[in-house]
Amino acid sequence: MLPKLFFGYYAAVIVILSLLVVTRKNPVRSVMWMLLLFFHIASLYLFLNAEFIAAIQVIVYAGAILVLFLFVVLLLNLREELKVKRFIGSWPAGLFVSAAILAIVINVIRSFVLAAPPGKYSIEYIKEATHTKALGTILYTEYLFPFEIASLVLLIAIIGAIVLAKRKTRS
Amino acid sequence: MVPLNWYLMLSAVVFMIGVFGFLTRKNIIIMFMSVELMLNGVNISLIAFSHYLQDMRGQILVFFIITVAAAEAAIGLAIIIALFRNKSTAHVDEMNEMKG
Amino acid sequence: MNNYLLIPFLPLAAFLINILLGRNFLKEKAHWVSILAVAGSWVVAVMALVDTMAGKTINEDLYSWFVSGNFKVSVGFLIDQLTAVMLIVVTTCSMLIHIYSVGYMHGDKGFYRFFAYLSLFTFCMLMLVMANNFLQLYFGWEGVGLCSYFLIGYYFDKKSASDAGKKAFIVNRFGDFGFGLGIIMIFLTFGTVYYEPVFAQAGGFANHTVNFLGYDVHLMTLIALLLFCGSIGKSAQMPLHVWLPDAMEGPTPVSALIHAATMVTAGVFLVARCSPIFSLSETALMVVALTGAITSLFAATIGLVQNDIKRIIAYSTISQLGYMFLACGVGAYSAGVFHLYTHAFFKALLFLCAGSVMHAMAGELNLQKMGGLKKYMPVTYITMLLASLSIAGVPGFAGFFSKDEILWLAYSGPSPVGKLVWGIGTVVAFLTALYSFRLIFLTFHGKFRGTHEQEHHLHESPKVMTIPLILLCVGAIASGWVGIPHLLGGGAHFTEFMKPVLGHPEGHGTHSEEWMVMAVSVIAGFSGIGLAYFMYLKRADIPVRLAARFSAVHKILLNKYYVDEFYSFLIVRPAIWIAKNILIGITDAKIIEAIVNGIPKAIGGFSQVIRKVQTGFLQHYATIMATGILIIVAIMLLR
Repeated sequence: MLPKLFFGYYAAVIVILSLLVVTRKNPVRSVMWMLLLFFHIASLYLFLNAEFIAAIQVIVYAGAILVLFLFVVLLLNLREELKVKRFIGSWPAGLFVSAAILAIVINVIRSFVLAAPPGKYSIEYIKEATHTKALGTILYTEYLFPFEIASLVLLIAIIGAIVLAKRKTRS
Repeated sequence: MVPLNWYLMLSAVVFMIGVFGFLTRKNIIIMFMSVELMLNGVNISLIAFSHYLQDMRGQILVFFIITVAAAEAAIGLAIIIALFRNKSTAHVDEMNEMKG
Repeated sequence: MNNYLLIPFLPLAAFLINILLGRNFLKEKAHWVSILAVAGSWVVAVMALVDTMAGKTINEDLYSWFVSGNFKVSVGFLIDQLTAVMLIVVTTCSMLIHIYSVGYMHGDKGFYRFFAYLSLFTFCMLMLVMANNFLQLYFGWEGVGLCSYFLIGYYFDKKSASDAGKKAFIVNRFGDFGFGLGIIMIFLTFGTVYYEPVFAQAGGFANHTVNFLGYDVHLMTLIALLLFCGSIGKSAQMPLHVWLPDAMEGPTPVSALIHAATMVTAGVFLVARCSPIFSLSETALMVVALTGAITSLFAATIGLVQNDIKRIIAYSTISQLGYMFLACGVGAYSAGVFHLYTHAFFKALLFLCAGSVMHAMAGELNLQKMGGLKKYMPVTYITMLLASLSIAGVPGFAGFFSKDEILWLAYSGPSPVGKLVWGIGTVVAFLTALYSFRLIFLTFHGKFRGTHEQEHHLHESPKVMTIPLILLCVGAIASGWVGIPHLLGGGAHFTEFMKPVLGHPEGHGTHSEEWMVMAVSVIAGFSGIGLAYFMYLKRADIPVRLAARFSAVHKILLNKYYVDEFYSFLIVRPAIWIAKNILIGITDAKIIEAIVNGIPKAIGGFSQVIRKVQTGFLQHYATIMATGILIIVAIMLLR
């Protein structure tokens, strides 16, 4: 009963925070609500025995990405943001489409049953090997190649961001 | 024990809220945040599957998604800055160069 | 065989070298490449002739050109007696004219281009005569036509020259269309385009008929006449002769090489080469003989009154080509080829002498402004006189033997029109002597009638031009000696040599008849010379009075029987009218432009409608995309 209560709390908070993020007029507030949202999601990950991912969620998402968002929000002059409408004219269409997809998906998920046999990374196994070590072993053996590609993606992102954001000198 | 379906439903709700935000908000930064929201929605379901299947691969995938999200945020925000510099606006409804 | 490959490919190599390097590197030395190449070809051609005389003929495929179903063509060479003679004619004339051109074209800004084209022409002509199948013959045929076009229009900044080039090309289209159909008919009939099997099987089709436009036509007659269409165009016979006089716009060496000695004789070569087909059809032979006879009479009469020195020789060429067809038409192919061979020398010589005169007269072509050039240019005078004696059929000269053989075989042959064409031929022999010596007397004798400036300028041509004249002169005199008839104690070697390819002409007549024919033609020739002497030197007033008396006839002759005007009225003007009023006015403006403009207009109108979908708002696109996803999800999950 207790896990369900915990889950209920987190689910409710995450949904409410998500709604707040997409509906606030002031982008700064959206970012702040999102920060809180990410902490909750990280907690949910802990709940699912994924402490390393939870840590990354906090460090990368909350610590790096959101700070970047905040920078940009503050960099841009958004004073008049508060005067205009927050949604575009055709927002009911967007609401309808997303709600319809959600309804269909939820309808299917309700009757979803997990059929595959469980793998070897049981809670006992992870407890013994520690989560970080288990994840790291796979990452540096089975997924070494994608891991290297990921590093390349980041490199390109760094260069791309510099090139794009660089103020062009007018000659 | 919380059923897997609940996590999946939560994941779907968060994802669709992200979609809704992306489709309806004027402000391009919020649209971008909606995209992050969608990614997080996916991440929740992946972690949940990983836990219930006792398989690490879901978490590896989340790891990569976060990497890509970071790269995407860096590039996307750089684009927003470049765009704002040219258009002095962050509202997508004021950008209609593609209008036929 | 391998040596023989050099014959066509040396000039080809010279062409490539000149066209690629001539402009920037060879410049004034461009002639060396071409002359060395054609001299090499000549040497090998002489070797080929010697081999052929020893009885060695060659028929080999070099490489497969294309294969499509059972249609197979290769680049191949056939060197038999006929080809060997043609090789000698082509390479000898080509070589001497190449050398002559060094002097004639000296200082011209397109020097390298001229020699490149000459080499290309030599290559194409050699491919034509050496072919062992009809398609390669056609390749060479069109190749020489192309070079003829290039070289007639060599002074392309002169409008009349480029027009003449176009005229030659377009008029030849008419003939070549028939020739092309002929080759197709040959393929349809025999299933191959190679000479050897075609000629071997031709006899088996002698009595076949084919349904053509609802009529049953004798198959061999149809093929022979279609091939003869090509000959008519290329050899400038009636009614497609109109291009040759205009072709004189080209440089004189070109007139000599292409429009006198070699290319225009390709038609005769074709008829001779296809003699197994022509021999099967009496109708076709009759058409050939009559076309030749009428053309030769027709052109000779025009030649009588023209004043342009080169055009007179051009009409003379048409007339002599008619003679060759006359010979082929009465079945005397070897006599036709014999005349082709002697004619190449004396006609090329006549043209080169005319070029030499032009050179001295600074481009002046009008006979009436010349006169008395004898003392200024003795070499040119003597060589041209000898060439004229040869063409007039004076005994001992080359022209005499070939012309006499033609006339005798026409008289004595089995052809139903033999006597008739013999009569015409004799008249033409008289006319030929008349206009040839009119040319000589008006140009070289009497008083100079040009301006003082021109008189001051008069000079003999340089050695590089006169030496080829002298060498050709040897040919013009002596080339006939290989065919001295039995009657005069000769061996008639030429006919014997040609026997394996062209067969032996049938002639039935007594010795006294043969003497009579010979005497008549000699008398015709001498009386022509005598009349020319009397009319143009002794009593220069006679031609003027004759022209005044028979002004209508004179006018018709001067205007070449109004054939050009007739074609202009019948073909050119209607074609232009149709082009202007129907093609431009209706087809182009109303139909094609309506389609061309209408389709974009319709697309434009349609896009005006659907462009409204493209709002340019990012989220509209995203919403549409999401709607698509909704539909897919709905289909997949709610099924």
